[in-house]
Amino acid sequence: MNNIGKNYLDIRYMDIMASGDTALHRLDPRVKLITTLLFIVAVVSFDRYTILALIPFLIYPIVLISAGDLPAGYFLKKILWVSPFAVLVGIFNPVMDREIIYHIGSIGISGGWISFFSILLRSLLTVSAALILIAITGFNAVCQALTMLGVPRPFVVQLLFFYRYIFVLVDEAERMEMARSLRSFNSRSMDFRTFISIIGHLLLRSLDRAERIYLAMRSRGFDGNIRMIKTIKLGWKDLAFIAVWAILFIVFRMNNIPMRLGDIVMEVF
Amino acid sequence: MADALISPAVGTTMCVVSAGLIAYSCRKVRETADDRKVPFMGVLGAFIFAAQMINFSIPATGSSGHLGGGMILSILLGPYAAFLVMASVLVVQALFFGDGGLLALGCNIFNLGFFPCFIVYPLIYKKVVGDEPTKGKILTGSLIAAIVGLQLGAFGVVLETLLSGISELPFSTFMLLMQPIHLAIGVVEGIVTAAVVIFVWNARPEILNAAAHSKHIGQIGIAKVLLGLLIAVVIVGGALSWFASTNPDGLEWAMLKTAGVEELDVDHDVHKALSALQKKTAFLPGYSFKQSETQPETQADTEPSWPAVDPGTSVSGIVGGALVLALCIAIGFLFRRRKVV
Repeated sequence: MNNIGKNYLDIRYMDIMASGDTALHRLDPRVKLITTLLFIVAVVSFDRYTILALIPFLIYPIVLISAGDLPAGYFLKKILWVSPFAVLVGIFNPVMDREIIYHIGSIGISGGWISFFSILLRSLLTVSAALILIAITGFNAVCQALTMLGVPRPFVVQLLFFYRYIFVLVDEAERMEMARSLRSFNSRSMDFRTFISIIGHLLLRSLDRAERIYLAMRSRGFDGNIRMIKTIKLGWKDLAFIAVWAILFIVFRMNNIPMRLGDIVMEVF
Repeated sequence: MADALISPAVGTTMCVVSAGLIAYSCRKVRETADDRKVPFMGVLGAFIFAAQMINFSIPATGSSGHLGGGMILSILLGPYAAFLVMASVLVVQALFFGDGGLLALGCNIFNLGFFPCFIVYPLIYKKVVGDEPTKGKILTGSLIAAIVGLQLGAFGVVLETLLSGISELPFSTFMLLMQPIHLAIGVVEGIVTAAVVIFVWNARPEILNAAAHSKHIGQIGIAKVLLGLLIAVVIVGGALSWFASTNPDGLEWAMLKTAGVEELDVDHDVHKALSALQKKTAFLPGYSFKQSETQPETQADTEPSWPAVDPGTSVSGIVGGALVLALCIAIGFLFRRRKVV
C-alpha cells in the first residue's frame, strides 16, 4: 500500500480515537482549537537557536495524550516521523552556519546544529499539537467550532462533505486499483494510459455520485446548512482549560525554565 | 511549508491573507447561487484525495507521479470553488497527517491554492484554451499553467521561509534547489492534468462546457483580489514586522504589555537564597546566571552571534533540560494513572 493508503488508515484510526469519551473529549471544541493555536504560536515565536526553552512545552502533548487516553506509542511513531520538508530544509543549517557557539566539555557545537535541532523540536511540538487536536475533538466538532468562530458556512459545509466522502471514494479508488492489479498479474507499476483511464473513470463516477447526492439531499430538504444535534456551551471547565494552558505557555515563553532549574541544581550540588 | 520553519509574523500574515481569500471565494460561490456546488465541491475534494492514492510509474526514472490538485479543480469548478476545495484538502492534511501544521496552513493554502486558481488558471489556461478547446490547446494550456503555477508556489515557499529566518539557506541556493525540482513536478502535473481533462472531454464534453461557461471571472475580479491581498499583506505584515523590529521579540513585548510579567524577577528570591549556598559549594565558578539571561534579549534576531556561553551554563542547561523533560513525562504518567483509577 502506498503512502496515501496508509494515511487513509490513519484517518480512520483518528476517527476512532476522537469518539473516545474523556474529560478532554467533552471540552468545547472552540477552546481546544484556540488553545492549540496559542501553543503553536508560542512555540514558533522563539528565535532560531532555542532548544532548551522549548523543552517545557513538551508537557502539553504529553499531558493531553495521557489524559485523553490516546495510544502513546502510535503518537510517538507519528510524531517522530517529522515533516520531511522541515528536515530537508533544516539540514542545510549545519552546513551554512558553522560558527561554534556552544561547548560541552571539549566538544564544540556549531550554531547550525543548534538551529537544526531547534527545527526538529519545533516540528515535533507543532505536529503533535495538530494531531492531538483532531484525536481529542473529531473532525465534525472542529468544523462546528470553525462555524461558531465565524468561518463562512459554504466552506465548512464543503469541508464536512469532503471528509465524509473521503471514505467512500478512497474505497472506490482502492477497488479500481485492486481490479487493475489482478488483471495485470499483480504488477505494481502502472503505465500512463491505464493511469489516466482509471483516474478519468474515477472522476466521472465521482461527478455522477456528487450529482446523485445533491439530488437526494435536495429532495430531503437540504438548504445549504448542516444542523448539528449536539450543541456546545462554554462551561467553567472549558475556561479553566484554556486559562491554565495559556498561563503555562506564557510562563514557559518568558522564562527559560530548564536553564533556571539547571542553575539551581548546579548551585545545590 | 511547515510550522517548524516559519515565524509567527509570516504565519499570521499568510493566515489572514488566506482567510480573506476563503471568505471572498465563499461570497462568490454564494453569489452564483449555485448551491449544488457545495456538496459537489466536497465530493470532488474527496476525489482529489482518492486520486492521489493511485500512482503511475514514470518511464525510465524509477519514480512515480500522481494527480496534483489545483489545476484540475479550477478547470472543473472554476477558480473560487476550486480554491475552497484546495484549502479543505490542505486543512485535512494538516489536521490528520500533521502535513505542514496549523500555522503554516495559511502559507500552504496560498502557495497551492491561490497561484493555480487565481493566477494561472484565468491568466494562462483560459487564455490558451479559449472557448473552442482542442486536444493541443488543452495540452499546452495545462502544461504551461501547471509549470508556472508550481514555480510560483515554490517561489512562495522560498520567500516565506526566508522571511521567517529559521532556515539559514541563502536565497539563491534555496531558489536553485526548489525551482528545478518543481519544474519537473510541474511537467508531470501538467501532462497528467491535460490527459485527464482530455479524457473527460472525450467521454462527457458537457461537463467541461458547463464548467467553462458558468464562470464569470474577468480581469476586474482578479485585480480586486490582488489589491485586497496587497492591502492585507501591507497592514498585517507591516504591523507585525514593526512589532518585531522595535522589539527584539514582538510576542515577548506583547506579553509583557498585557500580562505585566517581568522577565527576570520571577525567582529572584530563590536565586538569592541559593547564591549563598553556592559560595560554599562553588562547583562551577565560571558560569554567570545574569549574563546568559539578559543578553539574548538584545540580540535575538541579529547575526548568528550567541551570548558568551561558557561551559558552566551549557552544563546546567543540559541538566535542567533533562530534568524538565523527566518532569514532563512524570506528570504525564500522573494523569494516566488518575484516569485508570
